[in-house]
Amino acid sequence: MTQDLGAGRRASTATLAQARDDARGRADTAVEAMPYLPPSSSPYAPEGVDPGTLVWAETVGGPGYTHATVARGTRIRLEDVTGDACAHVVLHSALNRGERLNVADTQKIPWQAYLGQGHPLLSGDGRVLATVVADTAEGHHDAFCGVTTLAGNAARYGAGEAHAATAAGRELLLLAAAKEGLEPRDLPPSVSFFKGVRVAPTGALEWTGAAGPGASIDLVAEMPLTILIANAAHPLDPAEGYRSGPLRVHAWAAAASAPSDPWWSATPERTRAYLNTQQHLLARGIR
Amino acid sequence: MTVTWATHEADYFDRSEPLVPGAVVLDEEIAPRAGWSAVVRAGHVLTLVDVGGNQSGDCLIFDAADHDERYSVQSTLAAQRNAYLVEGSVLMSNEGHPLMTIVGNEVERQDTIGGACSKESNTLRYGHHTLFHHACRENFLLEGAQHGLGPRDLVSNINWFMNVPVEADGTLGIVDGMSAPGKRVALRAERDVLVVISNCPQVNNPCNDFNPTPLRVVVTDPGVAA
Ligand SMILES: [Zn+2]
Repeated sequence: MTQDLGAGRRASTATLAQARDDARGRADTAVEAMPYLPPSSSPYAPEGVDPGTLVWAETVGGPGYTHATVARGTRIRLEDVTGDACAHVVLHSALNRGERLNVADTQKIPWQAYLGQGHPLLSGDGRVLATVVADTAEGHHDAFCGVTTLAGNAARYGAGEAHAATAAGRELLLLAAAKEGLEPRDLPPSVSFFKGVRVAPTGALEWTGAAGPGASIDLVAEMPLTILIANAAHPLDPAEGYRSGPLRVHAWAAAASAPSDPWWSATPERTRAYLNTQQHLLARGIR
Repeated sequence: MTVTWATHEADYFDRSEPLVPGAVVLDEEIAPRAGWSAVVRAGHVLTLVDVGGNQSGDCLIFDAADHDERYSVQSTLAAQRNAYLVEGSVLMSNEGHPLMTIVGNEVERQDTIGGACSKESNTLRYGHHTLFHHACRENFLLEGAQHGLGPRDLVSNINWFMNVPVEADGTLGIVDGMSAPGKRVALRAERDVLVVISNCPQVNNPCNDFNPTPLRVVVTDPGVAA
């Protein structure tokens, strides 16, 4: 939990002048969960990335949410700062919000249930929304369980509202969606980064937990993209209490995937997915 | 090249009977390759019969009074901590509430991770020459439109009578089914629900033995004698 220790009454605010001074005196307070503006000023700019290319830099509290609409070719790094973050991600095409992440196709078309480096995040329209281009979490991710619900967290933790310290992932995604002009019906199943689940031969879903502090994944936007992120405890997290830590987000202008990238031709299904995406954008004059 | 588009009648078909007895509320056949939908009232039981054997019935479920609340694969799997649907599985909504319960099941396990087929995903899976093949997503869109539903309402679904194993390294996919003519699954509605089914028209994988056949859907009211 992130607390703004400077918040609350600090001085007299009886007159407008006092109230204005008080309000202005609250700026320049640094807390754990906050955006960094301009993004190039981020104290946590990724190594090897020219800070001048950053378009988004933020630390999302646990629990918390964020969202953005980014250009094709934007590279988005999510970092699990303490090992307790879980980034639940939903993607929509910014060109057509009816085109969005399809988790079943994301698992079925590569013939692979587990997310890792090179995995395409597919829409239901036969195209790639984004690609996981780097993964230091060694596959500690999950596409089976999705987010917790208000009802589920109320039963397990006593509360699940967005304002609760035990917020449900779905409540946070609903807010992120609303800020991007999306409605509840626009929330399909999501993918979860930094908390792993594996399927046993019996079908049992087995918790493999976190990769540890500092693990990160990089996504590349293959088309103009709206990304919704809820940072909230995973539904299968076995911890006694609600477990959630800060999630760091950095995005910078890079390049969309190209035929020279190994994941483009990793399987014939993926190659056709990139070709479909490329043609979809070509027709719109987007390269 | 020979493509079997559908078999509407055959001597091996078994239309069976409802798995849970009661007054018959509805008894309809879903033609091969077609869509179907109906509201099932709370307490009523829907029996789906795999008439020709190994015919995937792709299924979406919505709260009949609030379509924003709908079947969630992920809530369902997380709640039961298992990737496969069996007798006793509770089909949960995106809000974490029970929509239907599997009260009878005659195949080893039912699939809910394979998703629906679409013309678009056909191009990825089988090549661009399959773009014109009819698909479940088309049936979902047309059937859903009758209830005010559109592309934004399509989520990952259930595939009755389809077989999707997950191997240790994460490899997953559709393999030969474990069903047979006359096998059934029965679902009790836990509230009034809108059930949308696509009788899968796929002819490029074994989800229906490469041969679409009919499904029979019978809704009974166990509270009233047959
Ligand atoms: Zn299908």
